[in-house]
Amino acid sequence: MAKAPAPVTLDVAALLEDPGTRIVVCCGSGGVGKTTTAAALGLWAAERGRRVVVLTIDPARRLAQSLGLTELDNTPRPVVGFDEAAGGSLDAMMLDMKRTFDEVVEQHATPEKAAQILANPFYQAVSSSFAGTQEYMAMEKLGQLRAEADRDGRWDLVIVDTPPSRSALDFLDAPKRLGSFLDGRFIRLLAAPAKAGGRAGLKVFSVGVNVVTSTMSKLLGGELLRDVQTFVAALDTMFGGFRERADQTYALLKRPETAFVVVATPERDALREASFFAGRLDEEGMPLAGVVVNRVQRVGAPSLSASRALAAAEQLDDLEGAGTSAATTEGLLRLHATLAETAGRQRRLVERFTAGHPGIPVVEVPASSSDIHDLAGLREVGRALTA
Amino acid sequence: MPEASPDLSKVRLHVVTGKGGTGKTTVAAALALALARQGKRVLLAEVEERQGISQTFDVPPLGHRETRIVSDRSGGELWAISVDAKESLREYLQKFYKVGRASGVLEKFGAVDFATTIAPGLRDVLLIGKVYEAVGRRTARGAHLPVYDAVVLDAPPTGRVVRFLNVNAEVAEVAKVGPIRTQADSITRMLRSHTTAVHVVSLLEEMPVQETVDALAELREASLPLGAIVVNQLRPPLLDAKALRSVSAKSTARLRGAVRRDLDAAGVRVTDTLVDGLVADGADYADRVALEQRQDAVLEEQGRMMVRLPLLPEGTDGGGIAVLATAIDEQGMV
Repeated sequence: MAKAPAPVTLDVAALLEDPGTRIVVCCGSGGVGKTTTAAALGLWAAERGRRVVVLTIDPARRLAQSLGLTELDNTPRPVVGFDEAAGGSLDAMMLDMKRTFDEVVEQHATPEKAAQILANPFYQAVSSSFAGTQEYMAMEKLGQLRAEADRDGRWDLVIVDTPPSRSALDFLDAPKRLGSFLDGRFIRLLAAPAKAGGRAGLKVFSVGVNVVTSTMSKLLGGELLRDVQTFVAALDTMFGGFRERADQTYALLKRPETAFVVVATPERDALREASFFAGRLDEEGMPLAGVVVNRVQRVGAPSLSASRALAAAEQLDDLEGAGTSAATTEGLLRLHATLAETAGRQRRLVERFTAGHPGIPVVEVPASSSDIHDLAGLREVGRALTA
Repeated sequence: MPEASPDLSKVRLHVVTGKGGTGKTTVAAALALALARQGKRVLLAEVEERQGISQTFDVPPLGHRETRIVSDRSGGELWAISVDAKESLREYLQKFYKVGRASGVLEKFGAVDFATTIAPGLRDVLLIGKVYEAVGRRTARGAHLPVYDAVVLDAPPTGRVVRFLNVNAEVAEVAKVGPIRTQADSITRMLRSHTTAVHVVSLLEEMPVQETVDALAELREASLPLGAIVVNQLRPPLLDAKALRSVSAKSTARLRGAVRRDLDAAGVRVTDTLVDGLVADGADYADRVALEQRQDAVLEEQGRMMVRLPLLPEGTDGGGIAVLATAIDEQGMV
């Protein structure tokens, strides 16, 4: 690799126009504009002829607002108002975590076993509140959409917005965590304590089992433990299926048809998170397309330096007999200086990021003076992304 | 009719939440520092293992052990902790069942993982349980005074905070009786009392404001006591009312002419591009100010105490937190 960290521009247009790109995953820390980026990418691609479905997970229903949809549930719905001239299509959906989990259960178990699982209180709690279920179900849904796209050709591009995790890395780890939980020793033990003890054939092991179950029973109350045991017993037949699905989706994410887009803002924390994530994707051998830096300050008159603008403002302030407009001009100069300073600081942060990650393509999206919540706004973002 | 703001000086547990990206960790840190500067002994706690506190104060990474990170001249002290669910479980087992030794066995069987990551609600009970313990902790000897005068919790973001704080409801789904339930009940009593206040951090942008309004409604619904709305990252006004009007007027021809003359008088080499750029940035700025004013009004309607904190252009480096702590103190938040 070249030593000089010459900044590479992320060619979003080429990425989205390439029919080989089938999945785009937008990830990054909270509040950086992941959902908006996902929606803007989807709109841009659809208006250039791709058949796109955008999956969002955010409970604030932000994509719903920006796509002008009032109802976003587990069903992909067509977005109204985009330009269909190029022959593309655009659907959007919001993940219903519990329903996705239910569907997985129904798919993998016999009808009567499925009914038993769905009615179990522990299942109900896990499926709606376990930290990590959302990430797991997002992966599951991604796999489903991708499979549906292959089956009937309804879509040729799936764009996913990742859950608002505390860290961008949760998205990669949670499915594994749920998988290892379901395969875990403790769950096995709950499912059949006698069998586990017997198989080990060691007295020490049985003592251990008793300590564990009695402590957990003390802690959680016998009722919960019974619910868990029933749940696990019912789920037992599905373990293999769960694991397989998680592994399949993970493998799908490693294929060259997938492109990870890390979203950040030109701030220290967001870029640090982006940095971690880029490193992690490399480690896992997952295809990182590049980094989108949102909300970058642009300056209308870049030729005038901040210090020169401030000096001129001072001068105007001192100037006797200046016109009544002098205060306005002075204000505009000070505003310019502030913007230029912000832009400079952001540039240095982004430069530091590129220096640390030479070769990772970056694209910047200018800050908008208002919030984005309609197709026109998204189109604007799309233009900036592909400029 | 907005409810009366609680007397925040009586509050012993300050919970700080906000949409991702609004700077809730920074605000929690500044609030804790403001309290410590009043001579109080304060604990600042994070529960998501993000190391946000250590990064904000530029100190080595924090663990489950409470560590003093600031000693103020007033005699106040700021302690910090990054609460760890597994450690909390170990402490909990030891305290109530004297089974600390069994935790090795529990660990071996994956029961600790189960309890701290998978059992619904249990993780949250353990995390808040630690905060609850710190709020209630008293000195062993003498007058049995509280160890901490105040505890500031850097809580999960608005999207998750009500579920996090509403441990009772969460645990009720799975544990109807038993020690976990009892613990959840005690925590809920404390969280709903007047010694707790939940502060919401926002920016003057549409989505954070909408999430703030939603979060306040959810918090009210869950009977959690509301504190202040903290509006973060406010920019100082750069254009006066007249300037705002003239940059956003339909025709800016006259303004451009005047700016051109003024710049010339100030010795700046004037080009059309320069004038156009300055005026265009001015118009964008005016749009932003108008949007911020609308959002500010939406927040004001909530009838809560409003605390306004300035944008730190250099971030929290080099005493930025202290600037915010001063603003918090001056505005009488605590």
